[in-house]
Amino acid sequence: MRRVFHNPRFWVFAVCLLPLTRLIVLGFSGGLGANPIEFITRSLGTWTLVGLMVTLSVTPLRRLTGHAELIRYRRMLGLFAFFYACLHFVTYIWLDQFFDPAAIVKDIVKRPFITVGFAAFVLLVPLALTSTHAMMRRLGRRWQQLHRLVYAIAILGVIHYLWLVKKDLTDPLVYAVVLTLLLVLRLPWVVHALQAVRSSRRVSPQS
Amino acid sequence: MLIRPPNDILSSEITPHEVYRERRRFMQGMGVLAAGAALGVAADVEAGVRLAGVRGSAYTLNEAKTPYKSVTTYNNFYEFGTGKSDPAENAGGLNTRPWTVAVEGEVNKPGVYDMDMLLKLAPLEERVYRMRCVEGWSMVIPWVGFPLHELIRRANPTGNARYVEFVTLHDPGQMPGQRSRVLDWPYVEGLRMDEAMNPLTLLAVGLYGEVLPNQNGAPIRLVVPWKYGFKSAKSIVRIRFVEKQPLTAWMKATPSEYGFYSNVNPQVDHPRWSQARERRIGEFFKRDTLMFNGYGAQVAQMYRGMDLKRYF
Repeated sequence: MRRVFHNPRFWVFAVCLLPLTRLIVLGFSGGLGANPIEFITRSLGTWTLVGLMVTLSVTPLRRLTGHAELIRYRRMLGLFAFFYACLHFVTYIWLDQFFDPAAIVKDIVKRPFITVGFAAFVLLVPLALTSTHAMMRRLGRRWQQLHRLVYAIAILGVIHYLWLVKKDLTDPLVYAVVLTLLLVLRLPWVVHALQAVRSSRRVSPQS
Repeated sequence: MLIRPPNDILSSEITPHEVYRERRRFMQGMGVLAAGAALGVAADVEAGVRLAGVRGSAYTLNEAKTPYKSVTTYNNFYEFGTGKSDPAENAGGLNTRPWTVAVEGEVNKPGVYDMDMLLKLAPLEERVYRMRCVEGWSMVIPWVGFPLHELIRRANPTGNARYVEFVTLHDPGQMPGQRSRVLDWPYVEGLRMDEAMNPLTLLAVGLYGEVLPNQNGAPIRLVVPWKYGFKSAKSIVRIRFVEKQPLTAWMKATPSEYGFYSNVNPQVDHPRWSQARERRIGEFFKRDTLMFNGYGAQVAQMYRGMDLKRYF
């Protein structure tokens, strides 16, 4: 048992469960406000976006800090983003629309912010399904090509949030800025520049 | 065998909710009186104090009222922030006394009314109205107020008065939400003259028989129950009679999404979401949105012959 507590993966897992725990505690203590369904849907959507951003920050962080072992948490973080996306989707289907297929189809086709949100969710499914080691081996190089979809998914997710808001764009714009930064850090020349800075720092004390 | 502990509180001993609220209100009233006396301010203007002499009215509904707590903690009042709980948290600094409303423009009797004058202008009555927000949720709210036409009659509009414009207080010191430029402050709303004269259109000063809480638009606000909630301007300081259709705050912000009329209409969707259904706060299932929010019998004739898809 003690070994479990010494395993950082356990703590990452536990932290990833906090948003859900919070919702459950608030639900039982009557803390979800006057419109609980809206509160739950928004909260789960927010944490999906946060999960995507955190997952996307693993590679830049690894490059910036040189801590290669960070990659070991990426799958779990990505799957948690998918987990919250599923809960977000289920809340919409179940609590918001109450399994009314006609209303759901109309909603997905007619409301642009639902359309992009739904598209992002659908695109997440193959990524979650191919997240195992076995699938990675089987797909080989194509695995990485497939998983580049996550960039499109994150962009669709932020658009989903931007289009939902009535007027105050501050919160969705924060996500847009963070995502832009995370994507810029992946541009080849930025990656090269960062590598150059890191290697010159490592070399300079000797020279 | 399962041995249940005796239920030591009989359900008959638990204070009924209404009695509890009455008691609390009484004690709050006492507290406010004491504080008011100490500060030398009028004690009868604080939210939660019962309004005297409120009559019943024919405007009631056979629908459950939305609980006081929801009506006063789930608000859209961007002057205090864009989050639903922001108004309840940030509206405490709004000073509702002294307060004046300027009545001006195309009227024969312009004037500046203070709250005492407004409260005595016409008998206060309780009206239970549906409130449908453009965002797709709704409430049933017992307002206290008087019909706007009482004020219009006294102002005696000229022949040029075709529209009425309502302006909310603009004071970022008291309204912290105005420090961010979410909307082009001050908040402006408007009605066509016949809409303003409609017996349903109310100037509200109270809620649940009590002085209007700041987050609900104190000290005086408009209530236009057949239109989306944002048409009902809050914390009004100016009522101006004009010839041209006013440019409202939301029309200025997003003209493609918010029109001048903004009548509740399940057949005309918001460009980004459906208006066919709504979630009544406190209910699990969504319900169908009613044409003119269920007030068609009183208002539909004003829009006869108008293309409501065009004049949204």
